[in-house]
Amino acid sequence: MIAETGLCALWLAASLALAQLVLGLLSLVPERATYRVMIPRVAIAQALLASLAFACLLAVFVTSDMSVLLVAANSHSAKPMIYKIAGTWGNHEGSMLLWVTILALAGASIALFERRLREDTRAATLAAQAAIAIGFYAFLLIASNPFARIAGVSDGQGLNPLLQDPGLAFHPPTLYAGYVGMSAAFSFAVGALLTRDVGPAFARAMRPWILGAWIFLTIGITAGSYWAYYTLGWGGWWFWDPVENASLMPWLAATALLHSVTVLANRDALRAWTIMLSVLAFSMSMVGTFLVRSGILTSVHSFAVDPERGIFILALLAIYIVGALTLFGLRIGSVSEGKRFDIASREAALVANNLLLCIVLVVVMAGTLYPLFLEALAGTKISVGAPYFNTVAGPVAIILLVLLAAGPLLRWRRDDPRQLLDRLAMPVLVAAATVLALVLLGGDIGALPMLGLVTAALVIAASLAPLWKRNLRRTPLFTWGMVVAHVGCGVSLAGMASDSAFTQENLVAMAPGETRDIGPFRVTLEGLREVPGPNYVALEAVLSSRRGDEAPEEMLPQLRQFSDPPMQTTQAAIKTYWNGQLYLVLGDQSEGGRWVVRMWWKPFVTLIWLGGAMIAFGGGLSLLGRVRRKQPARAAHLPPLAAPAPGPVGQPA
Amino acid sequence: MKRPVLIWLPALFGLLLCGLFYAGLRNPDDHIIPSTLVGKPLPEFDTPAALPGRGGVASADFTDGKPRLLNVFASWCVPCVQEVGVLARLRERGVDITGIAIHDSTTEVADFLARNGDPYGAIGLDNEGRTQVAFGSTGVPETFVIDGTGRILYQHIGVVTDADIPKLLDLMREGR
Repeated sequence: MIAETGLCALWLAASLALAQLVLGLLSLVPERATYRVMIPRVAIAQALLASLAFACLLAVFVTSDMSVLLVAANSHSAKPMIYKIAGTWGNHEGSMLLWVTILALAGASIALFERRLREDTRAATLAAQAAIAIGFYAFLLIASNPFARIAGVSDGQGLNPLLQDPGLAFHPPTLYAGYVGMSAAFSFAVGALLTRDVGPAFARAMRPWILGAWIFLTIGITAGSYWAYYTLGWGGWWFWDPVENASLMPWLAATALLHSVTVLANRDALRAWTIMLSVLAFSMSMVGTFLVRSGILTSVHSFAVDPERGIFILALLAIYIVGALTLFGLRIGSVSEGKRFDIASREAALVANNLLLCIVLVVVMAGTLYPLFLEALAGTKISVGAPYFNTVAGPVAIILLVLLAAGPLLRWRRDDPRQLLDRLAMPVLVAAATVLALVLLGGDIGALPMLGLVTAALVIAASLAPLWKRNLRRTPLFTWGMVVAHVGCGVSLAGMASDSAFTQENLVAMAPGETRDIGPFRVTLEGLREVPGPNYVALEAVLSSRRGDEAPEEMLPQLRQFSDPPMQTTQAAIKTYWNGQLYLVLGDQSEGGRWVVRMWWKPFVTLIWLGGAMIAFGGGLSLLGRVRRKQPARAAHLPPLAAPAPGPVGQPA
Repeated sequence: MKRPVLIWLPALFGLLLCGLFYAGLRNPDDHIIPSTLVGKPLPEFDTPAALPGRGGVASADFTDGKPRLLNVFASWCVPCVQEVGVLARLRERGVDITGIAIHDSTTEVADFLARNGDPYGAIGLDNEGRTQVAFGSTGVPETFVIDGTGRILYQHIGVVTDADIPKLLDLMREGR
């Protein structure tokens, strides 16, 4: 009964989305402008129905209703409750339902709270939002009904054990929230193109959505990276896997968009470019979803895939993207370029930021899609690995970060390059001191990690500079946001460079009672034992690690054998210290009763994710600052985003 | 209007991308990564005997003019149990099968063969997985067809099934 209610709600939501689209388009004709009143109500009702459908799916998973095919295929009555809940979206159908629910909720909040846009632009935006939703409703109802029934199943098949991890349970919803946020930005762009209303008001309406989506994407990528780091047991934190790249590409586009929309909101420049980027950012989200769900690229993320569904997502992708780009081609000629600016200005720095981000995006996309391209043309199969991405994208990223150090110190419209050099003096000194310290301390760490550490020092010092000689209490929240996020970039880079410069690795075979060294630690294998888990049996190694004269710490890496479905996973033992992580993995049994143990000492590796968290937190501060300052009467007199109105050296802009 | 051509470039690119994806979908990934070893001589390796009284396996053994099947397996590998039966049928058809057991022990291998049948001639024991690294293989089971001059004709990743028998027999004939 619950399942049927859900299916019914889903059909109703889909028909309301259709109504929303038709009403929205009709209301663009001046004689039918009165239709606009209806649209927000339809959007809200649609969101309520989609939420009801999702709640029904949640209910059948929580109660382990094995007569529902999806539950039988993806859940198991013996599974812990949190994974029953996470199982709702840990599969294709459920995740698509979650996607469309978030999309509908986004539409409802535009309908409820968006007051800055012209009314016709808002109606057009909601129509675009409905057009996207219809595609996903159709996909669910035609090709992937989550509520289909099945008879005669007593117990389910279980969730992929790799996915039975608290972090991962919340990873997909986070990324989806990000993708949907990008779809809202896309809808705003389409709406503004339809009504030819591209300007600062539109940019301000779109900005919180981009910011919110970008925060979610940042969190999703950071958490996904940490998950891969501790679950896959290779000691690496980024593998340039197609699915990872699929989440990185929208993030890069969103980062570029976030910066260009600021220029549009504050200076009314970069109009066409911002529209282009919002189409690009959403396209990348769709491409990401397509790559993950169609399985056309080999990846560690082995989702069950179905070529028919791939065709469906591809059709949606083609309609939305080619449609939006065609609209762009038709309408953009009538959008003027906006205000001009000097080559030495904040605007110019942001344009350079955008170009470099797009270059990184193209590099990542080329590497991800090249195997596909080659196979289609020549029939040869290859895989593009980390060396390509690191050597091609790495240097561009370093240039981007150096620019990140300088950009926020520039003033809007026009600035004096010599004054910029003055402002950069202190950060450059900090970077020089870092070079000196590195050469004196260790020396031989390789060129790229060295460059990374120095750039990180430069970025951190320069990003703090906008706060220099300022009344910190009167500094606007969004300036704080920018500072925190930019410092986060430096912190994350420092972690990456430190990991590749200083990590020590030791692959050993140990018998119980033996001791091996790794970095500053002495690790002893005390013994092995079997530990039963809720739905697996683990072989656990009891290791004790001791640093210098400190008390020994117990470390318990596991090999887990799952029964439903049969699969083995490794659980690394990780101990975090202020200056790094000790990372131990239990391997196979070796001859003579010895066990293979892989040990890593990774100095300051945690900075990678701390930086990621700071970037997301900075985004959160900016968003909060924006929302708090929304009062339109005052907004006009306030200094633009992150413009350190009294420049870092104290002169008024 | 200015920039009339340039403006359509993104739409064109979007179309091309969709075309590429469509081609990719028509040609679904079979998760087979082509072997870079095919056509090359066997890499150097030398493993001790896994069972007392049976020879070990070294790359030099494969250059005596006889084509052979080289099967990488392990007693702890569940799919290998299923595969051993198929290998036995290949042996009945006159195929010479050499085994290499990975991360294993003499008693475990003897046990495994006693339980599931023994299609092998010589069996080498590779406890450090070195041959696996030399072959560029990542998992067990994995099977190679080697011609009489010690050249690799074919690499089969995963379990050999009855459906693969005709192809393997053809390759063995070719290897003569």
